[in-house]
Amino acid sequence: MAKQINVALIGNPNTGKTSVFNILTGLQQKVGNYPGITVEKKQGNCKLNRNLKAHIIDLPGTYSLNASSLDENVVIELLLNKNDKDYPDVAVVIADIENLKRNLLLFTQVKDLGIPSILVINMADRMKRKAITLDIEKLEKDLNTKIALVSCRKNIGFDKLKDLIINYKLLSKEACVNASVIAPEYFERLRKAFPNEDQYKLWLVITHDISFGKLDRNIIKGEVPFRTKSIGNLKRLKQKETIVRYQFINKVLKETLIIDKEQAKDLRAKLDRVLTHKVWGYVIFFSILFVIFQAIFDWSTYPMDFIDRSFSSLSEWLKNTLPSGQFTNLITEGVIPGLGGIVIFIPQIAFLFLFISILEESGYMSRVVFLMDRIMRRFGLSGKSVVPLVSGTACAIPAIMATRNIENWKERLITILVTPFTTCSARLPVYLIIIALVIPEGRVLGILSYQGLTLLGLYFLGFGSAILAAYTLDKYLHVKGKSFFVIEMPNYKLPMAKNVLITVLEKTKAFVFGAGKIILAISIILWVLASYGPGDFNNAEKIIQEQTVSQNLSQEEVDIKIASFKLEHSYIGIAGKAIEPAVRPLGYDWKIGIALISSFAAREVFVGTLATIYSVGNGDEETIKNRMAGEVNPVLGTPLFNMASGVSLLLFYAFAMQCMSTLAIVKRETNSWRWPLWQLISMTAVAYVVALAAYQLLK
Amino acid sequence: MTSIASLKIGQRAIIKDFSVEVVPLKLLEMGCLPGNEVTLIQAAPYSDPLYLTINGSHLAIRKEMASKIEIELING
Repeated sequence: MAKQINVALIGNPNTGKTSVFNILTGLQQKVGNYPGITVEKKQGNCKLNRNLKAHIIDLPGTYSLNASSLDENVVIELLLNKNDKDYPDVAVVIADIENLKRNLLLFTQVKDLGIPSILVINMADRMKRKAITLDIEKLEKDLNTKIALVSCRKNIGFDKLKDLIINYKLLSKEACVNASVIAPEYFERLRKAFPNEDQYKLWLVITHDISFGKLDRNIIKGEVPFRTKSIGNLKRLKQKETIVRYQFINKVLKETLIIDKEQAKDLRAKLDRVLTHKVWGYVIFFSILFVIFQAIFDWSTYPMDFIDRSFSSLSEWLKNTLPSGQFTNLITEGVIPGLGGIVIFIPQIAFLFLFISILEESGYMSRVVFLMDRIMRRFGLSGKSVVPLVSGTACAIPAIMATRNIENWKERLITILVTPFTTCSARLPVYLIIIALVIPEGRVLGILSYQGLTLLGLYFLGFGSAILAAYTLDKYLHVKGKSFFVIEMPNYKLPMAKNVLITVLEKTKAFVFGAGKIILAISIILWVLASYGPGDFNNAEKIIQEQTVSQNLSQEEVDIKIASFKLEHSYIGIAGKAIEPAVRPLGYDWKIGIALISSFAAREVFVGTLATIYSVGNGDEETIKNRMAGEVNPVLGTPLFNMASGVSLLLFYAFAMQCMSTLAIVKRETNSWRWPLWQLISMTAVAYVVALAAYQLLK
Repeated sequence: MTSIASLKIGQRAIIKDFSVEVVPLKLLEMGCLPGNEVTLIQAAPYSDPLYLTINGSHLAIRKEMASKIEIELING
């Protein structure tokens, strides 16, 4: 069997670390979570030669080994813990040729931990255009390491990198910067107390407490009783360490790196002049947003219609093919419509992640943060809240995780709390089906459709309420936190198709399987509840026959009456009737009530639930939409889904906090039940009041 | 005091001094250290935030932080 070694990819954000990972592992990668936290853990395998396999971990991007966020903390915990099963045999530190100076800071820290380290300098294909020359041999000697020059775009240099990994045992483990010069006496005492431990590692363990918090794992045996220095003192020493490192780096680069500024072609400056312009910057940003929404509203309706039709034909086909019985009913009335309710999301989710990953990859997202910071701050948010709010249109869960790079806790908390107001893709099927039912077709001036405009309006409503909620929270929330903001403005890059595709694939997969499990479980439960019942349910045929004996109805009409009687007297019907008084003022019947309740697990369940409820005992191959259009309000005798009840439903879904997964993630990120509960109660209360007002006014 | 906040677009300067208590380690690590060169590339409306190059790194910080970092202008 081939031997396996652990390889850790480490690097600053925006160095192309993930591109290197994608090239080394191809599609053989696995994305999961670190146990107990929501930091994404990416790992994959790479066959180096016949006898050696590499298990590669793509660690979260970090600027240094001084953690200030959960993601960065993962890097430090792994590198300090020799007992971790993922502890690297070799560290591959990735640097970008244009930011070599800053990227080397992290490299020197990793190397000083005594981990065999390889330096990868990425985007080597840019060197000529940027008029950069680098003396690799001398740099290797000065840093006491091996260097691989690579270009992910042109797939150059990876054989060399693999060679270096194979021969990792030849790498020097010596430190390149002696950190102990910042406080020689103190470090000497550390050395005496822990003769077997690396001094720099001890230093990181001691200072980690002040920068981030206690390390989880028992990394060093015994206590470290050397917090003899005050926090202020340690902070000053940390600063001194950074200065010492930069002095070393500057000296090394002075002799090895030459940049001919005269020759360098600077596309960045030209692009920035337009893209961060006080007027044009905003015009361009809003145009891009418009294109994104156009894609979601318009372009994705074609594949979605196709999926909707395919699933109803599949269900029909199975019904005719499989032997009839309860099992077939479960499949065709519970599982298939439920699954259809998930699969129909794929086009929209994919479009959203496609755009978001293109904006991130190209470097444009940072410009948006820059442009929006001042405006967002007025509402208690940060420029960095734009990314979560835009990602929130795909799904609130990754969006809330994306708030981690907001330095100020108050701004971050507010962003977490208001993100679920943005129109996530789970609301989309609900919106689309209700809009199709109640908003007339036709176009304003022959261009913009009424239905499209309504959807656009709902998106604005989502953003608007998020902003308004943030403004209110900013006024009344008293949270202490340092105000601080820094964002790197990376150079523009043409997004690499492979990276974008992998992101879209991963995110879509995660969403479909994550939401899929819940939806499938709920559709099966609903089907069971709708197909069985107590008392009268079991005598439905007899009761209806007795009632209709004098009415001279055809067999078909009697069957329909039986089916609807059964549904009303099933367990779900009883539950629905019980909550009907609460939802009737909003214009809903008990079936919508059931869909509403089950939506608290996840919004997208709404359509699936109605599909399940309506398809029980209703055999024709109609689409969900047609079935809903045929529903009649039992009191008024008018179509159940009309303008008033439709608008009321749209508003309810716009405001209500109906997503268990989001609540769970908010609990994890804020470390308390207080905030998710606050969201659940206040958002749902707002939803009820607004929906009530809308129905009563429009009715 | 002349600070980064008083730079005009395109102007270059050398970072002189600041207090450790107000400037976070992260900014230091990104290259904001005494003696390094800083250039203002672009300013958002109301001159906030500011888009700078410091020590060859491109980054943006808020005006509030920028006003706490003392500089000396480079002539020419």
